[in-house]
Amino acid sequence: MHNKTVAQLSHALESGEVSSVELATHFLERIRLQDNRYNSFITVTEEAALADARAADERRKQGNATPWTGIPFAHKDIFCTEGVRTTCGSKMLENFVPPYDATVTRKLREAGAVCLGKTNMDEFAMGSSSESSYFGATTNPWGERRVPGGSSGGSAAAVAARLVPAATATDTGGSIRQPAALCGITGLKPTYGRVSRYGMIAFASSLDQGGTMARTAEDNALMLNVMAGFDPKDSTSIDREVPDYTASLNDSLKGLRIGLPKEYFTDQLSSEMNNVVREAIREYEKLGATVQEISLPHADLAIAAYYVIAPAECSANLSRFDGVRYGYRCEAPRDLMDLYTRTRAEGFGAEVKRRILVGTYALSAGYFDAYYLKAQKVRRLIQQDFINAFKQVDVIMSPTTPSPAFIQGEKTDDPVTMYLEDIFTISTNLAGLPAMSVPAGLMEGLPVGLQIIGDYFSEARLLNAAHQYQQVTDWHQLSPDA
Amino acid sequence: MQWDIVIGLEIHVQLATKTKIFSGTSTAYGAEPNSQASAVDLAMPGTLPVANEQAFKYAVMFGLAVDAEICRRSVFERKNYFYPDLPKGYQTTQLERPIVGPGHVDVELADGSTKRVRIHHAHLEEDAGKSLHEDFHGMTGIDLNRAGTPLIEVVTEPDMRSAEEAVAFARKLHGLVTSLGICDGNMSEGSLRFDVNVSLKPAGDETLGTRTETKNLNSFRFMEQAIHHEVERQMDILEDGGRIVQETRLYNGDTQQSRSMRSKEEANDYRYFPCPDLLPVELDDAFIEDARSRLPELPDARKARFQSDYGLTDYDASLLSSSARMAALFEETVSHGKDAKLAANWLLGELSARLNSEDRELADCPLTGGQLGALILRISDGTVSSTGAKKVFEGLWTGEGSDVDELIDAKGLKQVSDTGALEKIVEEVLAGMGEQIAQYQEADEKKRKKLMGGFMGPLMKASKGQGNPKLFNEILKKKLER
Repeated sequence: MHNKTVAQLSHALESGEVSSVELATHFLERIRLQDNRYNSFITVTEEAALADARAADERRKQGNATPWTGIPFAHKDIFCTEGVRTTCGSKMLENFVPPYDATVTRKLREAGAVCLGKTNMDEFAMGSSSESSYFGATTNPWGERRVPGGSSGGSAAAVAARLVPAATATDTGGSIRQPAALCGITGLKPTYGRVSRYGMIAFASSLDQGGTMARTAEDNALMLNVMAGFDPKDSTSIDREVPDYTASLNDSLKGLRIGLPKEYFTDQLSSEMNNVVREAIREYEKLGATVQEISLPHADLAIAAYYVIAPAECSANLSRFDGVRYGYRCEAPRDLMDLYTRTRAEGFGAEVKRRILVGTYALSAGYFDAYYLKAQKVRRLIQQDFINAFKQVDVIMSPTTPSPAFIQGEKTDDPVTMYLEDIFTISTNLAGLPAMSVPAGLMEGLPVGLQIIGDYFSEARLLNAAHQYQQVTDWHQLSPDA
Repeated sequence: MQWDIVIGLEIHVQLATKTKIFSGTSTAYGAEPNSQASAVDLAMPGTLPVANEQAFKYAVMFGLAVDAEICRRSVFERKNYFYPDLPKGYQTTQLERPIVGPGHVDVELADGSTKRVRIHHAHLEEDAGKSLHEDFHGMTGIDLNRAGTPLIEVVTEPDMRSAEEAVAFARKLHGLVTSLGICDGNMSEGSLRFDVNVSLKPAGDETLGTRTETKNLNSFRFMEQAIHHEVERQMDILEDGGRIVQETRLYNGDTQQSRSMRSKEEANDYRYFPCPDLLPVELDDAFIEDARSRLPELPDARKARFQSDYGLTDYDASLLSSSARMAALFEETVSHGKDAKLAANWLLGELSARLNSEDRELADCPLTGGQLGALILRISDGTVSSTGAKKVFEGLWTGEGSDVDELIDAKGLKQVSDTGALEKIVEEVLAGMGEQIAQYQEADEKKRKKLMGGFMGPLMKASKGQGNPKLFNEILKKKLER
């Protein structure tokens, strides 16, 4: 049952082969028995899930079920869930119970999907290994002591371990694609503005984008069908029609123009990783695609620009966690300054503090022009690189990460090495483009991902390209248990 | 030494929108603390701002009314600082691209001259909440009802040269925003708040001196006092050879003292940067033209009309047209009382003096235009003398009565206008004034006028103040010149 995809489970529910309550019970049992190994959940909402499953079965009986009615899934613990604590992986929000749903939460709820719980993540989505969570590190189901990637490591590990067939996730610099790659699953970061950010706790507002994680491209398409769309509560969401993302999954790839950025395929790239990606590209050529080298001249500036812009925005976004209205408050503050400093010193972890400091510095008088403004200029150059590239090609492909899952603790003391995990993924956030990671092979017995980047609002094409690849390969079907 | 006084103002104008600038919460004044604070206003995690279109319309109307450039593309920025009544830890405001650019306001001064005060710009921003320091036993209460109320902050050039000019400008601005209907003008509720920048320089010098800013003055009287106070304070320092410290000061209207709040060195680095949650706002011609079509009669146009329609002097017309409330009261008074000049004298004389002496605003005036008009009518038809009319006014003000004619009767203020009765009194009085009569009859025309007064006193006394002075005068002349 747990090896079935969302599409298959949806059919099974529709045919009456299984009930939603049976599904929820089955997956909750798997979480109960296995998650002590992965720590992929922060909160499991067993009671609410079973109640939702009963309601889903009832709804199906009444004949107004959607493809998601009764499907179990999990939310990254960054999406606010009314009445269910939402921690963002932080001590600061350990006991925070939002009185509202995120728009993404509401949409999945309205579709009848059954949320089993909230998944673990790097604190405030800042990290690439899911080790900075206040609730302990998540472990990659593919290897003991291996990180699942981050920040959406809990969602990726839970999907990879078949604890849920799908999960929501967010991506600010690679937080969907990198953990998807490291856990051997399929993840999609949509175009900035495609999915509402309302109720999704902000890290860097101009880069954050909610997206999907599942084992197949088809399931990602089904999930995006529910999540995408304009939201009047989010001024940056875009009012543009949402297509049925499953409709074009089976389109032919004949004539698809694939670009390989020469800046990503340098001698810095390990030959094993290069081989994996070249092998995947060959499959695409067999499917009728053409391949050409392209250039993204400012690619090497992406990490530097990102680590100015993202911290700058986060330094303001996280100011609201001040101990005054909700969330963690230090014991017996002496005065206002003591309340602020101790609440934030005790409530935030090291990486969050590091980024707040960096961002505060970058925005300070006398440094603003040299850092923030310069980074914004670089951001426009990077965006222009992609606009130029998409005049020549339909999609851009690269490895998702430089290497497979690393050992826990290996990079925690060296933030810069950790930041380099996102070297292939960060540019697309700066440009606001959609991108996917698709399982494309194994290295040292660990999964690695192929990244597919598309032009603005080309999610349907990306999903089509990923789906066709998954029709001729079975990397996405590999299970860590096998 | 002679000093030039230089004054510039920053005025926070609360816009009279029904809902807040970035949320749908009501802005009504006086509700239970925190009953008008939604998840967005509380800066709950994940919540996002959505700009209120009405606030833009009002800001554009203001810009058009002060003959300013309207910025087609305005950008919201985050002004970062921590304070308990600032829920997000930043204020959303405008800096580099404010919605209203340079404009000007022409102010009529008491000496009949006109002063042009240039507007540097006006920008849209959100108000903060309120910190309540009383009744919390050493703690601070936070009321966030006001948080997110839309403001325009109007910033003038340092064009004013005296407290009188600054107050005249402030009154004109108050009249302008209330006439536009974009602000309710209730200064005691903080709807209009003034920050005053004051500096001194040796008379005739080009270079401006160091300025101080006195914040949050919420009445014209406090503003005037605060300026006088600050000018004297600076003058004392300068004359003693000292230097002015650039600082922000607070003025206490009750103790008439000011104190330093923070010096320039202690000033925050606000780390402004464009708010990534709000896209730049583009205004098109249709939007601006719609705002233009909503402009009501403005004080300057109203003043011209008052002069031509009612034959008022320039000065009277400008005072009566300056605020929407005063203009409305005047027109209502005239509609009942007919004599516009007399109505103007009463509104600007007796009524204004009374409001001033009780430090009340016109909004709290207990008299209606109908009552004032009725009183004017009784003065012009001779029913009551101007001295008697003041007593009627008093009765209306204190609530002793509400009907002018009833008050005249009750107080026995009706003038005796029966010619026969008056003639009899004149004859009786003149009978004992032979010497004065002789004097009068020998005098020339010019001197006679002076001597008339000597008869009027005894006449009024004999009639117990109720004789119609005009008729007395006529009868007297006839008798004396016989």
